Amino acid sequence: MPYPTHSRLTTTRLGCMRDQRMLFNQVELSVLPGAALVIEGRNGSGKTTLLRSLCGLHSPEEGEVLWCGNSILNDPSAFHASLAYTGHRNGIKPQLSCVENLRFSGTASADLCNSDIDSVLNTVELDGYGSQLARRLSAGQQRRLALARLLLARAQLWILDEPFTALNKNGIALFERLAEDHLDAGGMLVMSSHHPMTLNPDRTTRFNLDT
Amino acid sequence: MLLLRRDLLLACRNRAEIANPLLFFILVAALFPLAAGPQPELLQKIASGVIWVAALLANLLSLDVLFRSDYEDGSLEQLLLSPHPTSLLVLSKITAHWITTGLPMVLVSPLLAGLLSIPASAYPTLLYTLMLGTPALSLIGAIGVALTVGLQRGGILLSLLVLPLYIPVLVFASDAIHSASIGMAPVAQLSLLASLLVLALSLSPTATAAALRISLS
Repeated sequence: MPYPTHSRLTTTRLGCMRDQRMLFNQVELSVLPGAALVIEGRNGSGKTTLLRSLCGLHSPEEGEVLWCGNSILNDPSAFHASLAYTGHRNGIKPQLSCVENLRFSGTASADLCNSDIDSVLNTVELDGYGSQLARRLSAGQQRRLALARLLLARAQLWILDEPFTALNKNGIALFERLAEDHLDAGGMLVMSSHHPMTLNPDRTTRFNLDT
Repeated sequence: MLLLRRDLLLACRNRAEIANPLLFFILVAALFPLAAGPQPELLQKIASGVIWVAALLANLLSLDVLFRSDYEDGSLEQLLLSPHPTSLLVLSKITAHWITTGLPMVLVSPLLAGLLSIPASAYPTLLYTLMLGTPALSLIGAIGVALTVGLQRGGILLSLLVLPLYIPVLVFASDAIHSASIGMAPVAQLSLLASLLVLALSLSPTATAAALRISLS
């Protein structure tokens, strides 16, 4: 099912503080369907805060975040339905199995059937681990499970904070494949990363917070 | 609701977490008769207060787990980003929490009432106060937990925030049991407890959701 083509994520004069320090201000971003935005900057420059502001988890001190022209504060339900976020922590319960984690992820709007879950586990190369408790997985496998949750959400906008953490070369390649597929389908991607990436440069914009 | 089932499943996997508060409740109530010793009249006078203080402290002990593990593994921010209204999700979590902590206390209370020499005529009142009061405590406590979940050592602060709000519940509940013990119908106290529960039910989920957003920003 293709994503709507009129979606836009924009920010107007966005500014955020942390611990009494202005991290960034007057930030103007725009992400269109099929486009990726990569946030760069050294440690502590505010990448995580920026991404969390885009999700609505952090309220910016200045400016606004707009989804399809409306402030995300106006209709958070509709915005969240189109959003999937992965932060530093994976958002998976260690005491539940992989399948249970995905079934209870609650981000899917429709009921999940077993074949959906199995095919997603297959896509992230975790097939066979379905009934394993998540805490027995390695850090890289847990990250893949978080990516599986992302796929199940079927959200148009992906906001990912350092998604490559704990992933090996294969994992990074897998993620880049999934990201390209997502963009091909009209999805949107905003992410931060320390790793060099090989996303298609024609549809990737870079924004550096150090400037 | 999906979240309710998930939390109940997690509670089954983490049995130690739910057992602790219940054990605390049982221990406090069971040790009191030993301490009161050869003064059964004294025990009878304070039994209604003792059982409810034990229930209140056990509830306070159990509150920390309400949001902590979700906060630590990142599930809490996923909850806030769900398309479903946060207050509804919070209500599901509090319900699951009550089923695993408050409900066992209600079920075990007749046994403890026996240990504390509460007269059998007061047993129904005891059950009513626990059934009305423990959900109210969970709801009120949730606001405090939501405010302190991001802090490293929020335990003391949580108690300070929450205890003043717990006191009305404690006062009405123990007074209801006391009245029933001496043969007077505790209608007034039970009605007040019920209204406290309704107040908590209507205000707490929204307040807790707002507190979570503050803690996670």
